[in-house]
Amino acid sequence: MEIIQSVLNGLLLGGLYAVIGIGMSLIFGVMGLTNLAHGDLIIVGAFVCMTLTAQLVGSVWAAIVITVVIMAAIGFFIQGFLINRVLDKGAEPALLTTFGVSICLSNTLLLFFGADARSISSSFATANAFSTNLFSVSSVYLLDFFIAICVIAVLHCILQYTYFGRSVRAASDNIHAAELMGVDTKKVFSYAMALAMVSAAIAGLLVGMTFIFYPSTGTQYLIIAFGVVVIGGMGSLLGTLLGGIILGLAQLLGAYFWGSGYQLLAGYLVLLLILTVKPEGLLSIASRK
Amino acid sequence: MTSKDLLEINNLNVHYGELQALHDISLKIRRNSIVSIIGSNGAGKSTLLNTILGINKPTSGSVLFLGDKIDGMQTNRIVAKGVSLSPEGSSIFQKMTVKENLLMGAYLPHTRVNTAAKLEKVYRLFPVLKEKAGQQASYLSGGQRQMLAIARAIMSEPKLLFCDEISLGLAPIIIQDIYSTIKEINEEGLTIVLVEQDVRRSLKYSHYSYVMLKGRIVLEGKPSELLEGEVQDAYFGLNKYIKC
Repeated sequence: MEIIQSVLNGLLLGGLYAVIGIGMSLIFGVMGLTNLAHGDLIIVGAFVCMTLTAQLVGSVWAAIVITVVIMAAIGFFIQGFLINRVLDKGAEPALLTTFGVSICLSNTLLLFFGADARSISSSFATANAFSTNLFSVSSVYLLDFFIAICVIAVLHCILQYTYFGRSVRAASDNIHAAELMGVDTKKVFSYAMALAMVSAAIAGLLVGMTFIFYPSTGTQYLIIAFGVVVIGGMGSLLGTLLGGIILGLAQLLGAYFWGSGYQLLAGYLVLLLILTVKPEGLLSIASRK
Repeated sequence: MTSKDLLEINNLNVHYGELQALHDISLKIRRNSIVSIIGSNGAGKSTLLNTILGINKPTSGSVLFLGDKIDGMQTNRIVAKGVSLSPEGSSIFQKMTVKENLLMGAYLPHTRVNTAAKLEKVYRLFPVLKEKAGQQASYLSGGQRQMLAIARAIMSEPKLLFCDEISLGLAPIIIQDIYSTIKEINEEGLTIVLVEQDVRRSLKYSHYSYVMLKGRIVLEGKPSELLEGEVQDAYFGLNKYIKC
């Protein structure tokens, strides 16, 4: 009954994928921008968190709090000083800016940390939360999933019930009208990017605890984020969770049926299938409540 | 400018690149009045509004609100000073509920007080919005959207409200409804500027009128003193206005 194990792992892994994709989905929903640096920013989060854990504060939990603050500041400045300046000039300059940021980040990491594989060590890494005859649940996968649900729930509440959240949605809905309500849309974009980077910091921690990472792994997570966001529908939070779970399940079931070499292939076959059948994503922003 | 004037525009010129869109516009909006700015398509009404709201920058001239220069300021600052616009084509937030749209009207921090009372007020003016409060705004009819745009604009308790093309695409009976509410809002003390193509109705409801043609103000006066033929000629650019 290994298939139960595969389904379970796929489901839990889907949670992690959702956290990886959610910041990208948020930014696309708000300003129609595909942030090509999202994967690298996640890896920056992982490196910052790793360094803090190993050398400064000792505990992963203290480290993530500081990492979240640092990453939010980085997001605020990237948006405020780079992307906001080119946003009025059409879609391409902003896209290229994020591409430039992506290259700068991965090379800076390479310069400081070298090309070695790293991971964030924690007591979760190898332990099982519980196991039965049929299956076992790894602690770190369970933690990934639990934190994913928390991140999505908190983001949902912020967007739905706060003045800031409403201004984000208003700016994404009708930017001209939002300006007329007195919203400083550029500032809102900066805060939205800071929020997206909070999710990237958390994704970085989880990725670092679950897998190994290198300065160059950002692209890999960018592609996962892309997959999640395209499957779920750009800009929809619930869709992101759904997208993550579908991608996770597709990968692990692909590995179960055809062998682990087909894991990635199976994931992207499902992605292509969904693009063919429902190109706007399962829960695109247009059909959101 | 006397303290009776809320807004004063002096010799305003606006260019889009080489093209001059507004020529030497001067006008005054008196406190507590309803003023109409009338003109056909392309007369420069929207450019004028966008310049007042800080979306376009003038090449020369000035816009004064309560004696302060506001031309060149960022839109959100101008709105914060108490200028509100109910935009043309009632551009509402379609993916948000009616109530959320209204709450966006009171987004600026100093307008976030007494939200419940302000909601009650706009629900009293536009009862249909109360019925639809929880619905997504994209399900509203054209008239209801227009009402929502106006209601949203007054949620910030502005000092000056611009209404761009209220009557565009609406049935006469609904326009009538909205205009009576506009009058009611004005009688409660709000200064209102109607920017319209609908000449007859806006003249009927306003205390003072400006007629625009090809980026210029070609006629102004109290509606009671303007001759209908004169307004028509100015609006269509006939007779002595033809050289403009």
